[in-house]
Amino acid sequence: MNFDFSDDQKQLRDQARKFLAEKCPPKAVRIVLDGKESYDRALWKGFAEMGFLGVAIPEEYGGAGAGHLELCVIAEEVGRALAPVPFSSTVYLAAEALMLAGSDAQKQAWLPRISSGETIGTLALFEGTGNPSPKAIKCEAANGVLNGVKKPVADGAIADLVIVAARTASTGRDSDISLFLVDVKAGGVEAKALTNLDPTRGQAELTFTNCKAEPLGAAGDGWSIITQVLDRAAVLTAFEQVGGSDRALEMGRDYALDRIAFGRQIGSFQAVKHMLADMYVSATLARSNAYYGAWALSTNAPELPEAAASARISATQAYQHCAKNNIQVHGGMGFTWEFDCHMYYRRANALALGLGSLSYWEDQLIDRMRKRNAA
Amino acid sequence: MNFDDTPQEAAFRSQARAWIAAHAPKQYEDELRASSLGRTALKNANILEVAKAWQKKKAEAGWACLHWPKEYGGRGASPIERVIWQQEEGPFGKLSGLFIIGHGMCGPTVMAYASEQHKREHLPPLASGEKVWCQLFSEPAGGSDVAGLRTRAEKRGDDWVINGQKIWTSGAHYSDFGILLTRTDPTVPKHKGLTMFFLDMKSPGVDIRPIKQASGHSDFNEVYFTDVVIPDSQRLGAVNDGWNVALTTLMNERMSIGAGVATGFPELFDFCSNLMLDDRPAIDDRNVRSRLASWAVKASGLKYTSMRAISALSKGERPGPENSIGKLVAGPMIQDVASYALDLQGAAGVLSGPEAELAGKFQAMLLRAPGTRVEGGTDEIMRNIIAERVLGLPGDIRVDKDLPFNQVPTRGRA
Repeated sequence: MNFDFSDDQKQLRDQARKFLAEKCPPKAVRIVLDGKESYDRALWKGFAEMGFLGVAIPEEYGGAGAGHLELCVIAEEVGRALAPVPFSSTVYLAAEALMLAGSDAQKQAWLPRISSGETIGTLALFEGTGNPSPKAIKCEAANGVLNGVKKPVADGAIADLVIVAARTASTGRDSDISLFLVDVKAGGVEAKALTNLDPTRGQAELTFTNCKAEPLGAAGDGWSIITQVLDRAAVLTAFEQVGGSDRALEMGRDYALDRIAFGRQIGSFQAVKHMLADMYVSATLARSNAYYGAWALSTNAPELPEAAASARISATQAYQHCAKNNIQVHGGMGFTWEFDCHMYYRRANALALGLGSLSYWEDQLIDRMRKRNAA
Repeated sequence: MNFDDTPQEAAFRSQARAWIAAHAPKQYEDELRASSLGRTALKNANILEVAKAWQKKKAEAGWACLHWPKEYGGRGASPIERVIWQQEEGPFGKLSGLFIIGHGMCGPTVMAYASEQHKREHLPPLASGEKVWCQLFSEPAGGSDVAGLRTRAEKRGDDWVINGQKIWTSGAHYSDFGILLTRTDPTVPKHKGLTMFFLDMKSPGVDIRPIKQASGHSDFNEVYFTDVVIPDSQRLGAVNDGWNVALTTLMNERMSIGAGVATGFPELFDFCSNLMLDDRPAIDDRNVRSRLASWAVKASGLKYTSMRAISALSKGERPGPENSIGKLVAGPMIQDVASYALDLQGAAGVLSGPEAELAGKFQAMLLRAPGTRVEGGTDEIMRNIIAERVLGLPGDIRVDKDLPFNQVPTRGRA
């Protein structure tokens, strides 16, 4: 048994860490945080050059053809560095949807441009308050055109390619939903950037008005594809969350070692030590669940839906726990704009919601466990 | 990343599986499988006799204490082979619970510090289950602070004379031998005046009394020593070096990974799947689902953390203090799980006997749980271990560190 990444994969992780430490220090993240840029263009270009964007995309479509385990180790580093680039929406959502459901022509058209960093992609699923549900989709598609409003859409204001979940029937079944590809440059889409918890990753409202759209996957398969895409994205996002958890824990640990109060290192007080020990426990459980998700994703195992939900819940809990207690360890300084703690707190809470909230995934996990037990 | 055995591991597994299939006491398999959460019992047989018979059979075929050297009754197997054996032994492994302290802690200490003659004399019958060993460290005055123990050992000629009291000794009442940590010099700081011995538990002056636990059961004992004589040849390590010897014992406690810790989750999941609440299964309730999901990912997180540790073992790495998390997560969890299962039962949750839901399974779990959070290192000690040895945070400021032991205060309030 080798329930671990290979030496090559670990080397790739080190390489990504080194690259991000150099190109994406906190002060680079702050340029986007402060609203001076919508994302870090130079970093995005660097991601393409390093081959990070196409690492799991097959070579015939312009990728590196390495695989999802390689993508997992990169995701961890992206999360650790808070990289302010549209990585998750482009790679975990758009590229995965294309690879799962795209025709050969669609893959040829878009995947090479994703690998090269030319195209930013995203998935437009949500329509206001609420978790993923076919019933919540009002956006309509008929005769090759889309009409409706989607929000929030991750990186929607900078996307070139939008995969849209739209209603094509009204029978009350999952098969009412189909997926469509929209080339933003072709017109018919109006994007409005929205203020959000984590300004280092944009959110937008997209309004489609008689917008030309081509089907992605078979008509009526939309919900089934979305479910699979969300599972895959849940595993990959879990790695971002694990990377962020580890970094928040390290920041707290380092501060506890440096900071003196009452004449001693605050890390020598059990109240602080135990808080950090509990953060380590959450981060460790999340990492182990994420590894299982990675295994299931990379082997396309039947266990993937359950593994993805477990990875998602565990990583969401761990990152929120580590990010909030990192601020607590830092005391008043942790609550300043100047210290980086809040950037992790913001990212932790934004990632907790993006693919559907904790309560949604808890529900999914129990459904999937019941299904397995019944089988 | 894969869950596959290497060819050597696969060969070892099939050999182990075939031997177990041919020799295990299958008449007890169902009962062993059903018994969980620390209390293994058999209805129509004496568990100690069944366990000793199984252990003897294993030893004769070379399947006992796999990681020990052959000359001391083991197999000289690698750590990963030991894990594979545990996986294959499955429910029959519960029979080893009676030997766990002897095999996991006393044996390695004897192996590290006893004379060659004693090793050859005592280790093989320990491995084969013929002789059972216990560990005599904790005292009323020294629990988490075990170095604060007060049992005295005084030299008289070639012998040592022991007076004092130990507590929380698992299995003392059926043990043949024990390893005993004593104070030999109270005029130096506490860690510097300790000495380790092993002794025959049938020695005159040893008095074993069961402790009635808060749960109503008795799994542990108090052991009193009145002028008990131990020959100097049974000393383990140098005089006053007992703390270092004890650290060997305690380090070995953490080496036993891969056995899987009980969390109560599978039991709760089944219970919630079958229990009807307002005409529908409890598991359909939003609140129930949310609680279950949070526990599910803790249980799976522990399982996969253990698999990561096994992978590290398989590559020849040594497991570190990070394995402390198993007990720290599972202990409080089982307590919360039990409490929630009772909550779902409403007022009837108060019943704990045969009339209770599932014959009182969760009630028993609730009453046993406080002990799991204390034994083998409290939750707080586990957090200290993680904070200090994994995260590198400073140790506690110890006010008694440089004080002669006989000047350390003994009462909190006058």
